[in-house]
Amino acid sequence: MNSISRRKLIYGGVAAAAGVAGLATADRLAKRYGLIPPDSGGIYGPGETLTYACQRLLTAHTPAREFPRSMISQKPFANEVAPPNEEFKRLQADGFKDWRLVVEGTVARPMGFSLADLKSMPVHSQITEVACEEGWSYVAEWIGTPLSEVLREAGALPQSRYVVYYAIEKDLWESIDMADALHPYTLLTTGMNDGDLPVPFGGPLRLRVPRQLGYKSLKYVTHITVTDNIKRFGKGLGSVDPEYGYSWYAGI
Amino acid sequence: MPVTVEVQKRKTLRHSGVVRVTHWLTFISFAALLVTGAEIVVSHPRFYWGEVGNVNTHPLFTLPIPASRTTVPTAYHFVMPDQNGWSRYLHFQSAWVLVLAALVYGMAGLWSGHFRRDLIPDRRDWTWRAYWARTARYLRRQPPDRAEAGSYNVLQRTTYLVVIFVLFPLVIWTGLAMSPSFTAAFPLTAAVLGGRQSARTIHFFLSGLLLLFLIVHVTMTALSGFRSRMRAMLTGYTEDPEERP
Repeated sequence: MNSISRRKLIYGGVAAAAGVAGLATADRLAKRYGLIPPDSGGIYGPGETLTYACQRLLTAHTPAREFPRSMISQKPFANEVAPPNEEFKRLQADGFKDWRLVVEGTVARPMGFSLADLKSMPVHSQITEVACEEGWSYVAEWIGTPLSEVLREAGALPQSRYVVYYAIEKDLWESIDMADALHPYTLLTTGMNDGDLPVPFGGPLRLRVPRQLGYKSLKYVTHITVTDNIKRFGKGLGSVDPEYGYSWYAGI
Repeated sequence: MPVTVEVQKRKTLRHSGVVRVTHWLTFISFAALLVTGAEIVVSHPRFYWGEVGNVNTHPLFTLPIPASRTTVPTAYHFVMPDQNGWSRYLHFQSAWVLVLAALVYGMAGLWSGHFRRDLIPDRRDWTWRAYWARTARYLRRQPPDRAEAGSYNVLQRTTYLVVIFVLFPLVIWTGLAMSPSFTAAFPLTAAVLGGRQSARTIHFFLSGLLLLFLIVHVTMTALSGFRSRMRAMLTGYTEDPEERP
């Protein structure tokens, strides 16, 4: 055996051993810290898992990107929404007085919140950007109650792993992990740019998740289910997005 | 008296294993990134400068193509099929392959002296005269000289260095500068470019430059002997016919 092939053999052996050890460590870490997204199956699973795992390991607790008041968009774009259903029209006619946010699942005290209840809780405001997966964006001021406050009020149990949230059209639903759910910038938004949140922008209640693309910031939120098992929802892919071919984690 | 010329084929190693594997991984992932990137652009073929931009604001420019979304005003009464879902999944998965291949290539290149030996131009060639002399050879369609046979000339070296150390890093950076979670952690990555929409616009032009490189690269490969170049990049070896009296 000449020296070159011996060297190659040694390098190859070291690389293979490092690879096996690396994969074993990665697998242990992933299971321990919840680094595998619900849509990790299928041919795009490896890329999604790498992205999600990296973001969770490196950026789970970073704040959202904020902007000065001078950068608030003069012409925000509301995007298209489906025409409101009868229930929405009924609630709207009453000034959303009877709008309820139901919180249940793995919580100690399942409960309902009116918009007034939410506004009486600690209210935060943030100037953050909505970035759509299509490519467009705008900056606005968002005012609302952090989701973490609502989860604390309802007493989310320690085994909770995901927060599933539904629009008034129940077939529109999303979920985020606890890192995003408890993040101080994740707001149950009732106000925008010093006024009430306009209906085209998701009023009366939109869950803003500013560290992910716009489609995670679901409009017209009425129902929250805290869960320890995301597989029980829909097709088990985490949200309605993967069912339409879009990734569950939209932080990229 | 007749002189017999014996032509003996000698195999020389042209490309190392790391270079070959990462070259083809880069090719496959770049092809996927290009197709899916184009597909994603179709959903909003308008470009902006600064932090924000949407259909209510003035675009920097608009591509003369129909969009795949009804909310985007175009000059066409036609909406293209929307393929963003799988395009985005594949775009980011391919980006991972590209980045991981680049990391392996970069570390191996430093370790093995590949950059120093094969890519950084010889000190004597750091002159405009050298660049012009080699350009003139191309323009006159003169064949490469002996010194270039197992190596790259100053134009090739410079192009590869620009693609590897300028265009690819920039296209990765501008891509990351569009990620809401990444820019949440590192806001400057978007801010120093002028904002998220500037990053998107620069990303688009960099992709164009990389596509231009791909076209020139494949054309030059074809002109200089497609089969032997392909064999070299697949097997690692070139067969130099060497004349012996």
